Amino acid sequence: MLTPEEKAEIDRELTQVPVRSAACLEALKVVQRARGWVNDEALHDVARYLEMSDAELDSVATFYNLIFRRAVGRHVIYFCDSVSCWLLENERLRDAITQRLGVREGGTTADGRFTLVPIQCLGCCDKGPAFMIDEDLHVEVEPSALGAILEAYP
Amino acid sequence: MSTERPLTKNIEPGRGPLDARGYERAGGYQGLARALRLTPAEVQAVVKDAGLRGRGGAGFPTAMKWSFVPMGTDAPRPKYLVANADEMEPGTFKDRVLLEGDPHLLIEGMAIAAHAIGAEVAYIFLRWEYRLAEARLRQAVAEAYAAGWLGKNIKGSGASLEMHVHVSAGRYMCGEETGLLNALEGKRATPRAKPPYPQAVGLFGKPTIVNNVETLCCLPGILVSGADWFKNLSRSADAGTKLYGASGKVKHPGIWELPMGVTAREVLLEHAGGMRDGLALRGFLPGGASTDFLTPAHLDVPLDFDAVTKAGSRLGTGTMIVLDDHSCPVGMVHNLTRFFARESCGWCTPCREGLPWAEKTLLALEQGEGRPGDLELLREQVGWYGPPGRTFCALAPGAAEPLQSALTHFRSDFERHVAERRCPYRASRGH
Repeated sequence: MLTPEEKAEIDRELTQVPVRSAACLEALKVVQRARGWVNDEALHDVARYLEMSDAELDSVATFYNLIFRRAVGRHVIYFCDSVSCWLLENERLRDAITQRLGVREGGTTADGRFTLVPIQCLGCCDKGPAFMIDEDLHVEVEPSALGAILEAYP
Repeated sequence: MSTERPLTKNIEPGRGPLDARGYERAGGYQGLARALRLTPAEVQAVVKDAGLRGRGGAGFPTAMKWSFVPMGTDAPRPKYLVANADEMEPGTFKDRVLLEGDPHLLIEGMAIAAHAIGAEVAYIFLRWEYRLAEARLRQAVAEAYAAGWLGKNIKGSGASLEMHVHVSAGRYMCGEETGLLNALEGKRATPRAKPPYPQAVGLFGKPTIVNNVETLCCLPGILVSGADWFKNLSRSADAGTKLYGASGKVKHPGIWELPMGVTAREVLLEHAGGMRDGLALRGFLPGGASTDFLTPAHLDVPLDFDAVTKAGSRLGTGTMIVLDDHSCPVGMVHNLTRFFARESCGWCTPCREGLPWAEKTLLALEQGEGRPGDLELLREQVGWYGPPGRTFCALAPGAAEPLQSALTHFRSDFERHVAERRCPYRASRGH
């Protein structure tokens, strides 16, 4: 069941679009913000609320890399692996992250604290290597600074 | 030629953007005020005279794009104006500067464009990762409503405009015009067949214009100061100023607003400070990931749409990605091709099937598993991605550009990977 708060947020989005299904990405994000990810039940509930079929909504949900159809950790690391960061040797940083967390890209740490995913160029190419953790952008990250940065995300 | 910086004049490092009142005091919203005293046809005429070309990468004349929108009382309603703020082209970080630095400039530009095509509803299509930009845009939109620059009957002109911020959920394909429209409709961001063009049948089936952020930000100045002023900002046949950028191992990577038509040498040496000590320039992508490599021999090419095309590449977004002589050209192209393969929406066969093939071949070369014939295979692949027309959108033709030009300019590097069965650069970097 969608909570009253979730419904209220989705209703606000519905005022901005002429057809209900156009609000589906925002609705999925509303659910994801509250619950961390979108499980089958939540997908079904959103589909019903927006008068879409489950299959139609799932085809949309699985297209977009920022909608999670699997459980993720408490924090998500979005690692920019595009060309400008690559030129600044971000592979050293990626190796430091995967070694420290013991996960590969797409994986979640055993304690459920971090999920590591690649992300499209973050658009701060003058300050690479870069990644985001949750909503925070971290730039010019040296592998040696990694420990201190991760500390802030318990 | 002038030293004016109409796009970034209100942006100061270390201070947040101007609010509506500060923006008005700095001369803001006078372009919109002037536009509202003109008819849509007159606004289109001014922008046409100014010679404004789209800053999103393709360089299409903005007023011509607008001219295909049906006008008059019989035109379908509502019409839509969309700002493409989904900046995701690798190596491109110019629209972020405008979105974070002067959100009212974008809102004013959008309101001018909306008036020019008779649109009543506008969306800012913003990528989720631009969190600071979202906060500042939402604040600025609210201020613009409160100040009467958005909403019903703007400043008594009779024109109305509703503006919404739409925050996306990822995927490079959303930056493609028709993919973006599908995403706004709550669908997968696959491209649409053209015709019909979005100008006639766009968002929710209504006439729609999608313009890039930087393009829209050019409009207030043009309306205030006129077409001749805009043309005189430039050093070349293409009018205006341009946000140029450089990333990679240059001394001072960044974004600079400069007259259209400055040379690559000027951007790279004077503004980016040249290469880091001990490194030499091997090549550069002039405007994002989906442009052909140019080489040091092209440093004096003026960075405008026609001159860069003549040199064998495209101006694209104007943000240069610089390859140094200690970085592997094959590795760089592998990185680019992996991006395009991952972001292919799967709609068209050459893109869906071909890009992963090229990506695997390039990875094999990097890992010392290249085989004789790989270069020919890559060349053949390039021939399937483009020229435009083999696929619905420009993703695959764009992916072909760095690959085909790398095969030409850095051929010996590819051959060494095969012959030595290793990446020579990786060996020397100690990986």
